[in-house]
Amino acid sequence: MTTGNCYILKFDSKQEIALETKQLKIFYDEYEAISAADLQIPRFKITALIGASGSGKSTFLRSLNRMNDGIASVQGQIWYRDLDLNSREIDVYAMRRQIGMVFQRPNPFPKSIYENITFALERHGITDKKELDERVETALRQAALWDEVKDKLNKSALALSGGQAQRLCIARAIALKPDILLLDEPASALDPISTAQLEETLINLKQQYTIVIVTHNLPQAARISDYTAHFSQGVVVEFNGTTETFTQPKIALTNEYVSGDFG
Amino acid sequence: MNAKKIDKFATGILYTIAGIVVLILIMLLGFIILRGVPQLSWSFLTSPSNAFSAGGGIGIQLFNSLYLLILTMLISLPIALGASIYLNEYAKPGMITNTVRTMIEILSSLPSVVVGLFGFLLFVVQFKLSFSIVSGALALTVFNLPLLTRSIEEALKAISNDQRNGGLALGISKWETVTKIILPAAVPSIVSGLILSAGRVFGEAAALIYTAGQSAPALNFGNWNPFDIDSPLNPMRPAETLAVHIWKINSEGIMPDAAAVSAGSAAVLIIVVLLFNLSARWLGRTLYRHLTAS
Repeated sequence: MTTGNCYILKFDSKQEIALETKQLKIFYDEYEAISAADLQIPRFKITALIGASGSGKSTFLRSLNRMNDGIASVQGQIWYRDLDLNSREIDVYAMRRQIGMVFQRPNPFPKSIYENITFALERHGITDKKELDERVETALRQAALWDEVKDKLNKSALALSGGQAQRLCIARAIALKPDILLLDEPASALDPISTAQLEETLINLKQQYTIVIVTHNLPQAARISDYTAHFSQGVVVEFNGTTETFTQPKIALTNEYVSGDFG
Repeated sequence: MNAKKIDKFATGILYTIAGIVVLILIMLLGFIILRGVPQLSWSFLTSPSNAFSAGGGIGIQLFNSLYLLILTMLISLPIALGASIYLNEYAKPGMITNTVRTMIEILSSLPSVVVGLFGFLLFVVQFKLSFSIVSGALALTVFNLPLLTRSIEEALKAISNDQRNGGLALGISKWETVTKIILPAAVPSIVSGLILSAGRVFGEAAALIYTAGQSAPALNFGNWNPFDIDSPLNPMRPAETLAVHIWKINSEGIMPDAAAVSAGSAAVLIIVVLLFNLSARWLGRTLYRHLTAS
C-alpha cells in the first residue's frame, strides 16, 4: 500500500478494451465533478464503480453514453472502437443502441411487457413480427424474466414487482443487442431477494456484454465485478482487479473506504 | 390550551370551512336544478326559441354551444399541445421561457369580457368575420388557450423524468420519446384537463356576446352542407349559445315565459357542465387503464 495519489491499472494487449476515457473532465457550471479520469473498461467483464455519495461515479457513468448532454459539460475523450464518443459528430441516438443504460429506479414504460421491449426495436426499424417475438423472448430469457412473464406479455409492465420491472429494463436494453450495458445503482431500490436475482442475471450477461455498474453496495461490487474503480471527490483514486482492490488496496483512501473506515 | 386541544380545535374549524364550501355548492345547484328541471321536456330541448310568445325552446342554442365548443377545442388543443410540449420538454430556463410563461399567466387572468371585446375588434371588425361561430371560437380560444396550456403542461410535468431517461437511453430520439412515451402516459390527465376546460368554455357568455352574436337564426337540421346559410355546420353564421341566451333573456327577454325558459336553460347548462366534470374523472381513469394495458 502506498500513500501516493492514485493507482490506475492499465491493461496489456491481451485484454480487449470496450471503452477508454482519456482526460475526461466533467463540469456542472463551475463545479468540477470529475477531474481528468483515464480509465480502460475491459470487454466482457463487469467493472464496478464505487465511492461515497457525490464522488462523481454516476456522473462519470452517465457521460459514457452522453446522457449528460445538456446537463453537464464533458471535456476529454471517450474512445469506443476508434470513435471518440465525446465528439460533436457522434450520432448519440445510434451510439446509445450500442451502449445501453439501466437506471436506479426501475422505469418500465406504461405499456405492455411486450411493447416495452419492442418499442425501441420498432423505432430502430425492426418491424418483422417474427423477429420481434424472437428478440423479446431472447431478451427476457437473458434477463431471467421469461418464465415469470411469458403468459402475460400483453399485461401492463406497471404491474410487475420492482425486481421484475428492473429485469424488464435490462431486457429492454439488451434486446437492442448493445455492446455495453451501463447500470446506475440498479439494485438500490430492490429487496435482497430481487437483488440476488439481479446479480445472478448480470453475471450471466457478462459472457455477451461489457457491464459497467455503479453501486453503493460494496459486498455487491465484491461479489459480481471483475474490476473495481474507486472514485473519491471526482478523482479515480484506484482502479484494479476487484479482489486486489478489496483485499490489498494500493491507496490509503480506498483502504479506508472498503474497510468502512471513513467519514 | 395543550397541543391536543389546539389540534382538535383547528381540525374542527377546517371541517367547518370545508362544510361551508360544500353547502354553498349544494344550495346553488339545488336551487337551479329544482327551479329548472320542471321546465325540461324533449320539445324544450329541441325546438327553437320564441322571441315574443311562450313555449319556445333552446334547441338551436344547445346545438350552437356544442358546435362552438368542438370548434374551439379543435383550434386550441393543437396550439396548447405545442406550447406545453415546448415549455415542459424543450424550453431551457431563461429569458424567453420566462417571458412565455408570464404571457400565459397574464392571458389567463384577462377578464373574459375583455377577451370578448378584443375578439370583437380583431375577428369581427378587423378580419371581417362578422358575428359568427368562427369569431366566437377564436375568442374562446384566446380565453381557453392559457388554461389548457397550463393543464397540459402540468400533465406532462407529472410524468417522471425516469421515463424520459428510459427513452433516451434506448437510443430513441427526444421527439419520439416525448410523442410516443411521455404524451401517451399523460393522455389521461390531458383528457381530464381538456374536459374540465370544456366545461368552462361551454358556460362562457361574456366572451361570446360580441363575437358569436346574440341571435340564433333558424337552422335546417336536414342540411349538413357547411356552406349553406341555414346549415347547422355553417361556421360563418351568427350563433347565440346557451349561456348567452340565459344572459339575454334575463336582460331583455320579452317572451311571457322568460323566467321559465331562463330557469330551464340554466338547469341544462349546469347539468351539462356537471356531466363534463364527472366524465373527466371517469374517462381519465378508463383511458389510463386502457393505455397502460393494466
